Amino acid sequence: MTKMTYREAVRAAMRKALREDPRVFLMGEDVGRYGGAFAVSHGLLAEFGPERIRDAPLSESAFFGAGIGAALGGMRPIVEIMTINFSMLAMDQILNNAATLRHMSGGQLNVPLVCRVATGGGRQMAAQHSHSLEGWYAHIPGIKVLTPATVPDAYGMVLAALREPDPVFIFEHATLYPLEGEVDESAETFDITRAAVMRPGNNVSLITYGGTLGKAMEAAVRLASDGVDAEVIDLRTLRPLDTQTIVNSVAKTHRAVIVDEAWRTGSFSAEISAQIVENVFDDLDAPVARVCSAEAPMPYAKHLEAATLPQVDQIVAAAQELVPRHG
Amino acid sequence: MAEFVMPQLGADMSAGKLIQWRKKVGDRVERGDIIADVETDKADIEVEVFSTGTIEKILIQPGEKVPVGTVMALIREEGKPAAAEVPAVPREVAAPTTPVAPVQAPPMPAAAVAPPRVAEALRIHISPVARKLAADLGIDPATITGTGPGGRITLEDVQQAAQAQAAKPAPAPEMDRAARMRQAIGAAMARSKREIPHYYLSTTIDMGRPLAWLTQENLKRSVEDRLVYGVLLVKAVALALRQFPDLNGFWVGGKPTPKPDIHVGVAISLRGGGLVAPAIHDTDRLSLGELMKSFRDLIQRARAGSLRSSELSDPTITVTSLGEQGVEAVFGVIYPPQVALVGFGKIVERPWASEGQITARPILTATLSGDHRVTDGHRGGLFLAAVERLLQEPSLL
Amino acid sequence: MTASDTSARPLVDREHSLFLLREMLRIRRFEEKAAEMYSLQKIHGFLHLYIGEEATGVGAMQVFTQQDNIVATYREHGQALARGIPARVLMAEMFGKATGCSHGHGGSMHFFDVSRRFYGGYAIVGGGLPVAVGLALADKMQNRKAITGCYFGDGAVAEGEFHESLNLAALWKLPVVFLCENNLYAMGTALERYQAQTDISRKASAYGLPSSAVDGMDILAVEAAAKQATDYVRGGNGPYLLESRTYRFRAHSMADPDLYRTKEEIESWKKRDPIVLFERKLRELGLLADSDLGRIESGIAAEIEDAVQFAEASPEESIEDLLKDVGGQVAR
Repeated sequence: MTKMTYREAVRAAMRKALREDPRVFLMGEDVGRYGGAFAVSHGLLAEFGPERIRDAPLSESAFFGAGIGAALGGMRPIVEIMTINFSMLAMDQILNNAATLRHMSGGQLNVPLVCRVATGGGRQMAAQHSHSLEGWYAHIPGIKVLTPATVPDAYGMVLAALREPDPVFIFEHATLYPLEGEVDESAETFDITRAAVMRPGNNVSLITYGGTLGKAMEAAVRLASDGVDAEVIDLRTLRPLDTQTIVNSVAKTHRAVIVDEAWRTGSFSAEISAQIVENVFDDLDAPVARVCSAEAPMPYAKHLEAATLPQVDQIVAAAQELVPRHG
Repeated sequence: MAEFVMPQLGADMSAGKLIQWRKKVGDRVERGDIIADVETDKADIEVEVFSTGTIEKILIQPGEKVPVGTVMALIREEGKPAAAEVPAVPREVAAPTTPVAPVQAPPMPAAAVAPPRVAEALRIHISPVARKLAADLGIDPATITGTGPGGRITLEDVQQAAQAQAAKPAPAPEMDRAARMRQAIGAAMARSKREIPHYYLSTTIDMGRPLAWLTQENLKRSVEDRLVYGVLLVKAVALALRQFPDLNGFWVGGKPTPKPDIHVGVAISLRGGGLVAPAIHDTDRLSLGELMKSFRDLIQRARAGSLRSSELSDPTITVTSLGEQGVEAVFGVIYPPQVALVGFGKIVERPWASEGQITARPILTATLSGDHRVTDGHRGGLFLAAVERLLQEPSLL
Repeated sequence: MTASDTSARPLVDREHSLFLLREMLRIRRFEEKAAEMYSLQKIHGFLHLYIGEEATGVGAMQVFTQQDNIVATYREHGQALARGIPARVLMAEMFGKATGCSHGHGGSMHFFDVSRRFYGGYAIVGGGLPVAVGLALADKMQNRKAITGCYFGDGAVAEGEFHESLNLAALWKLPVVFLCENNLYAMGTALERYQAQTDISRKASAYGLPSSAVDGMDILAVEAAAKQATDYVRGGNGPYLLESRTYRFRAHSMADPDLYRTKEEIESWKKRDPIVLFERKLRELGLLADSDLGRIESGIAAEIEDAVQFAEASPEESIEDLLKDVGGQVAR
């Protein structure tokens, strides 16, 4: 086991893949000479050269689409879109080509492309640089959507994604890059099908993914001191969703709070809530609760941003609403 | 003969209006010639013909609006043998389209079919898991105070109510299945006796004819398909209910609610104690063979504990037979919210007087327990008589 | 050069000429039949006909090899046929049958044939260009000699993806022939109404790649221009933009009432019908006789008839298989 940060874990995984498979290459804005906007690819250009680490012009549509073509042509591209905010510029290639080529061609083509994207808010980046749109991607049939929230997942998910025959999107919450943890670099297999129970509990299920996992865990600690035993689930993969783990948890606790940094309306939390109702209705003791961002473009001022994003207090309050008062 | 049809001229086109013909009967046309002008929502379009030949017949006149695909003209093709005349496609006159009459949905059965359990749960706010537990424990939610939002009864509320009740403090998950069932039955029966003014009728039925018929019938069947006399009884009850629908249904919300479909609940005793009475759906429409199969299937699943909740809540009447146990007559307790229960005892060979002669006949005592709020003895008596009559014509069952 | 001057050598090879003529006529007759089938509701949705543009599809396809990649647009029947995808498979696809090249999943706008390196079939204007760039990138990174031919219309030139793709291909010296089929209209909007610079070939200079424009109604000119373009690209020099100036005789699609063009304009272009022009030229050179044409036409008629019958008789894909080829389903 090696201690490293989340960003180092992503780098280590890419380095391993680049070393072991000549078809793998990294393409994106400032991934080479700049070392990556979030310093993830720092040092890779020096080690692998400009053919394998390609700095792209600010042409999201073209370089993501080129990633599709390259995958069709036998390569294993890792396309880095600097942030989910810019991914809108590539949305046509993502939705109409990457996700659909396999089905549209009657199964003749597959697009083994990995796309890594930084996501999320909370660093006062304001309205155009703070989006959390993973739910939009999880809506699309034809792709997989991963949201690593831990350091081991930051490592393992890149390698697992490179083994997939179809497009995989990995959303890395920007606040997680300095997170510290441990990685087993000798591991050979990495699961991307199961959600993880990060803290077992009996009274309420706190269900979340990506950047808000930390807040959910903190909420669980606060709830414990109040006599409420919360179970915390890290979804890890949004598409395909591990419904079974969610079902098992809520069947046990009878109460669920979903924490999602996206705006509440139509967010992925609504999908999870619907699946809970469809599958665990008879075991519910209360309606499914959601803690999401307020319905406003992300403001710049610190206190306003904090009021927009989901916070630990809100998670705790939501959970307490569901759990009966004793005595 | 080739057809010239109103062409599809765009994805959203459903009909077109002929403006004018460019050719007339007798004219020669070649594939690709413009033959007509058609008006669509978007524009006037010149329409080409795809066949080469002579125009034989024109079927649509200028000004007519026809659906896409309508045959507008016939063309005798060159170089092709004359084909059979195609039948004319009915033309739709260019009139404002009449709205399609809304399809009448079949009337839905009255809402809130309460399961034959204690929890009426119509207007009570109770969480799903709490409702389940209350039912399992045989606790009426109406007796529980809810502490959840809006007075909702929560799981904990039910658990506390259970503890508060005498004698059984253990929460539901620890209680064993048989004990829970006993509780539920007990509560249901107590409520039935408390709320339903029962009246009881009994009659005797000469089973000679039906049993003789059954013997003959079973000779024709393979061993697995053989019928027991119980299916004759159940079928007779089901058919009799068609004549007496007031006995087939529920007492709900303070009034009788007869049901259009007949689902006879058959009482099945379980090993280790306990009784369930799941429904055979549409009993009156099943053949005896199908009834037998259903019956066997229900017994098997009842004993395996795999009945569906709809089977437990759907019976519109219950039939119970204690003939096997040697009981001569059954005066049963009605399962709320049903309004009647039919009981059959054992078949006993008795000396019987008929037309002045004494013979030995197999006699069965049939009883009716009726909810006096819904029916009276007169109706009940007529119903039992109908059952008897039906049994005497077993081939019609 | 007249037919009576038998001592002169023909400019072109007779066999090749008849082949080119036949290829154009195949497309023409196929498209006419597709239009008929659409009006009879055998084909649904959108149908974009290539009538009038055959010379570009056929002429340019002559210079691509089996190893090269072809990317096209929703107006792709011509390129697909010229690439060698059988007519019956394309017709079946448009009929929505399981025997179609995309198993009925794509329809007229989404033809794919991996065995012939025909990579679609894109309904979003400009959507195929980045993919073409990527295919070329893969060839270059894997040291393959292949190049990529990317067909698109003048409308795509307005989309950002055109500019991004030309820039990226030129920057990384990727072997792409960007083939713009300029038929003067982006659906219903004329070129001069949506482009400040209507000379499309000039746009290449902004991205540092060479270009040329060719008369798209002259098949031999197209073939020669395409050869020049592909020779350049095969030399490892990077991409090339070839603008073929052509015209479509039919509306944008079967749903288009064509209100934005005048009859006069259409008729004047029809006088330059590439098939008619080529026929005339070949007759003048004494390379084409009536009997040749008759033979070609009847052969094509039989092929088209077979295509329709095949499409009619083919089964549909079972609904149970609907979710079969959706990506991302494989559990690892």
